[in-house]
Amino acid sequence: MSDRAYVAERILPDEEPPAASIGFVGWLRANLFDGFWNSMLTVAAALILIRFVPPLVDWLFLDAVWGDAPPDACREAAGACWAVIWEKHRLILFGRYPYQEHWRPVLGMAILITLVGFSCNRANWRAWLVGAWALGLAAFFALMWGGFFGLTFVPNVLWGGLPLTLLLAIIGIVVAFPVSMLLALGRRSHMPVIRAICVCYIELIRGVPLISLLFMASFMLPLFMPTGVNIDAMLRAQIAIIMFSSAYLAEVIRGGLQAIPRGQFEAAEAIGLGYWKMQRLVILPQAIRLVIPPIVNTFIGLFKDTSLVAIVSLTDLLLATRQAVSDPLWRAYFVEGYIFIAIIYFCFCYFMSKYSQYLERQFYTGQTRN
Amino acid sequence: MAEAAVDSRTDPGSRDDPIIQMIGVHKWYGQFHVLKQIDFSVDRGERIVICGPSGSGKSTLIRCINRLEEHQRGRIIVDGIELTNDIRNIELVRREVGMVFQHFNLFPHLTVLENCTLGPIWVRGQPRNEAEATAMQYLERVRIPEQASKYPGQLSGGQQQRVAIARALCMNPKVMLFDEPTSALDPEMIKEVLDVMIELAETGMTMVCVTHEMGFARTVADRVLFMDRGQIVEQNVPEEFFANPQSERTKVFLSQVLAH
Repeated sequence: MSDRAYVAERILPDEEPPAASIGFVGWLRANLFDGFWNSMLTVAAALILIRFVPPLVDWLFLDAVWGDAPPDACREAAGACWAVIWEKHRLILFGRYPYQEHWRPVLGMAILITLVGFSCNRANWRAWLVGAWALGLAAFFALMWGGFFGLTFVPNVLWGGLPLTLLLAIIGIVVAFPVSMLLALGRRSHMPVIRAICVCYIELIRGVPLISLLFMASFMLPLFMPTGVNIDAMLRAQIAIIMFSSAYLAEVIRGGLQAIPRGQFEAAEAIGLGYWKMQRLVILPQAIRLVIPPIVNTFIGLFKDTSLVAIVSLTDLLLATRQAVSDPLWRAYFVEGYIFIAIIYFCFCYFMSKYSQYLERQFYTGQTRN
Repeated sequence: MAEAAVDSRTDPGSRDDPIIQMIGVHKWYGQFHVLKQIDFSVDRGERIVICGPSGSGKSTLIRCINRLEEHQRGRIIVDGIELTNDIRNIELVRREVGMVFQHFNLFPHLTVLENCTLGPIWVRGQPRNEAEATAMQYLERVRIPEQASKYPGQLSGGQQQRVAIARALCMNPKVMLFDEPTSALDPEMIKEVLDVMIELAETGMTMVCVTHEMGFARTVADRVLFMDRGQIVEQNVPEEFFANPQSERTKVFLSQVLAH
């Protein structure tokens, strides 16, 4: 018998792992104090946090003036003046929309957000969703404009604040997305004229800043229009946003299209699908899944870019805030105003980011080898 | 000699009514002359195997039959419809011609069942439940009904290729084209795909197969075509083709593929 032969004499019992490798202490050792440099970084980071976090907490919360307080109270306090938000929140959120009618934009926003919520669920991606959007948007505009059933008419130059921002962003996304798919397909078309048109459109629009598009839409477009024809300022800004975003988005989607193997087109053609059915059923669903992160990137950019409409005198959330804090009594507390709307912008953008991660997980499930 | 051999086939079928006719077909890729003077027809119910060295134009030839490739000279007529630039004709032909690819080309975002029902629903306009019932029948025939709700990425290569065959059959085609259906498969999976193809041949389906499986050609084919450098060099019934090749190029090719 070889001396390598071996027979275990007894069954070894399970033992507890060493205390230093599990639980909180184990986590600390593995993550924060794993060697000299890591320990140094941990200590340095801790020092920076100790230096900056307590003053920030003091300013934000402990020394801050909350609730309904006069500006004098803020002048004496060392912390943030949240009283300015209490005082001005209606102006910030709704701009110059008539004060007594604010329930209408609230309801309108609720409709928009409900629509978005419904559309987030894949089970609802059916034909009726298009109808729901048409109905919902019609209800939104009816509420905002009024002029029937005793609702006073509110011209849209008075619309402002969050409803305007949401409207521009949501319609921007809903319209720019399909337009960009057509542009992306057009840019890959075998028909030279279609391709040239799409390339020119994308390169021209993408090559100029959104601000210049907004200016052109506001000041140059009317020069070309016959006298008497007047396109509403809000509509012009909306069109500029859609044009701009769709050019960007088209390139993102084209990136996804490039990644689809030739065999997918051939297999779709071989079963007799025509061009549009092939794109809709086989190519685009795969292409778009591949580029969800950059698509959402563009959507987030679009959402924040709506703040640029302020320069063509539309009172979006940002301009409404600027006007609200221009009150001489509260002028000193503009930072608090901007923090307030930064939180609002963040909430919407963070939602989009989380939703895109959720979608990626949904699509990933089962479609790759497990 | 080759013609005489073809004429001596025991089962002439409907010989005056070829389902595929290629008359003097030429094709170029840029300057490269990839198909030269292809005169070739397939009768209903006939099973053709096309072989030849790589780059000989055999894949290009069968891809011309459903217009995945465009020919520049000559005529191709499939089931009485001539392939021209008219997209309606092309789509009519594609409905009747099923194709199985070397790399399966299943749609990865759809389940096996959805892969099989896409064509019948969106091209043939069948109601969904009818299309699904048909698809399940074909999935049973290729022996993977239990995989119907899985995605292609979850299947082995052999299973994917069998799904691809079922997907093509769901369109109820008059002709099936196979473009090297086993070339991308591991050896142990080749048999399961070939078995399905042999069963299909037994049902009387018209088949045109580009393949290097000479055993398959021997047992199934009514006629074997040998292509080299864009040309049909030799065609004959399999017994004659393998036992008594006429052209020098065929002999060299056969000695190479049959050597191992």
